[in-house]
Amino acid sequence: MRLVLTSLTYNDVKPHLKTLVDKLFDRVPAGVGSTGFVKLTKDEFRKVVVEGAEWCIKKGYGWEEDLERTELNGKADWADVSKVSSKAIERGFKQIGTLGSGNHYLEIQVVKPENIFDQELAKKWGLFPNQVVIMFHCGSRGFGHQIGTDYLQLFLSVMERKYGIKILDQELACAPFNSPEGQDYFKAMAGGVNMSFANRQVILHRIREVFSDVFKQDAESLGLKMVFDVSHNRASLEEHEVDGKKKKLIVHRKGSTGSYPAGRVEIPKLYRDDGSPVIIGGSMETGSYLLVGGEKAHETFMSTAHGSGRTMSRTKARNIYSGDKLQKEMMQRGIYIKSVSFSGLAEEAGGAYKDIDDVIEATHMSGISKKVVKFVPIGNVKG
Amino acid sequence: MPYKFLEDVAIADVAFEAAGKTMEEMFESSALAVTNTQVKDLKSVKSRVKRKIAVDGDSSEMLLFNFLQELIFLKDAKLLLFSKFKIEITQMKGIYKLKSEASGEKLDMRKHELLVDVKAVSLHNFKVLKTKSGWKAEVILDV
Repeated sequence: MRLVLTSLTYNDVKPHLKTLVDKLFDRVPAGVGSTGFVKLTKDEFRKVVVEGAEWCIKKGYGWEEDLERTELNGKADWADVSKVSSKAIERGFKQIGTLGSGNHYLEIQVVKPENIFDQELAKKWGLFPNQVVIMFHCGSRGFGHQIGTDYLQLFLSVMERKYGIKILDQELACAPFNSPEGQDYFKAMAGGVNMSFANRQVILHRIREVFSDVFKQDAESLGLKMVFDVSHNRASLEEHEVDGKKKKLIVHRKGSTGSYPAGRVEIPKLYRDDGSPVIIGGSMETGSYLLVGGEKAHETFMSTAHGSGRTMSRTKARNIYSGDKLQKEMMQRGIYIKSVSFSGLAEEAGGAYKDIDDVIEATHMSGISKKVVKFVPIGNVKG
Repeated sequence: MPYKFLEDVAIADVAFEAAGKTMEEMFESSALAVTNTQVKDLKSVKSRVKRKIAVDGDSSEMLLFNFLQELIFLKDAKLLLFSKFKIEITQMKGIYKLKSEASGEKLDMRKHELLVDVKAVSLHNFKVLKTKSGWKAEVILDV
């Protein structure tokens, strides 16, 4: 998940909204089996797997300052590409710069004046009333999943035989962290994290190109600065307090976001005194939030939700909603949406998700993360 | 086409149940369900490309898992979608072997109405069962 600022207001963007979304749709491929503009050899892709977003900056796909606004500075430095199968490489090397499908999206959003909850922090992080921001959600595409599948198969073959571990759910296949298999997986997984940083970095580059093209100004003067970039699916070695004692733990956040209170080493220096920025995406019809890591976050090992969560299956949503009708209705409400397929759109209808405001209110009241700003959508590219 | 998508099993993912009189038929149904998760109309996927697929596994479950996983791999790596399968399964000394000739074509957004990208087969509640009338599988796909 990545959040990007602009210095533009809703009134500046409104006349260009359709052009912007159409161009973004062209420049950031989405949907089943989409491939990107950045053509890489497999060997070059292996460098991406090791270097993450750093690779992108070296190649001119971004600004140096983007890295300090990305968790881990855009590079999980323990990645070892020799632990990644050639199958995973083959699956991923054409996918840099693509959104994917399902709940992945690229959205243009507005900060309504009444939706700023923490004035001081919003201002400090570069947010202002009526501002237009860009939020997008995607990860390492098939690459990370292939790594997962490869190691799932490996763990299944050694878990019981070699380590005597019995589990009830095969999907939770595992190996001890300090075993050769466990360590290999940790290093391969870091490669998946790096691919996701690089993927989002290249997409940001495309967004800057599109805005610059439409507004005939360079991206710097349009204020297209990053707020934050965060993974939703990775394991992290962190220190936490367990029964009054400090312990080093592996925290696996799957469909979950880190929410660190001020001072934690996991937070990029830029934000360390504030708490980590927490981005939670809602449905395409309702809105999304920026929060900050709260004082009670230790109760959930500094983890929070990454979205509002579905209330019904995709099949059910497709039976209830019609994609083209939804697109027209949203247009009337001022949200211009472009999708690869109407069926895909129907699956993502606002009604198929929980009410994001309820989810955020619960998060806020629990003290795990505190509300900073809510964003409402005006344009959306869907996979 | 004996498979059906299940509505309330895994709301954030896609779940299906596939059946067949023989193990081969059930594998074919499962493979079609994977394609149909990604493309609205199976008939829109024509038989223009043939591809041989061979996988093995130490159980019928792992054989199906590996087979479906291979189809997902080919969708990303070669952009291939399949709508017809000839399948042969053998078993020797506890090792199951599958040989298949899959027919389909390259994914094309103009021809195929695409639904959702399948990223992996989940082993959560993954089941292959022998029934009175043949074989049945229950599968959840990560999307």
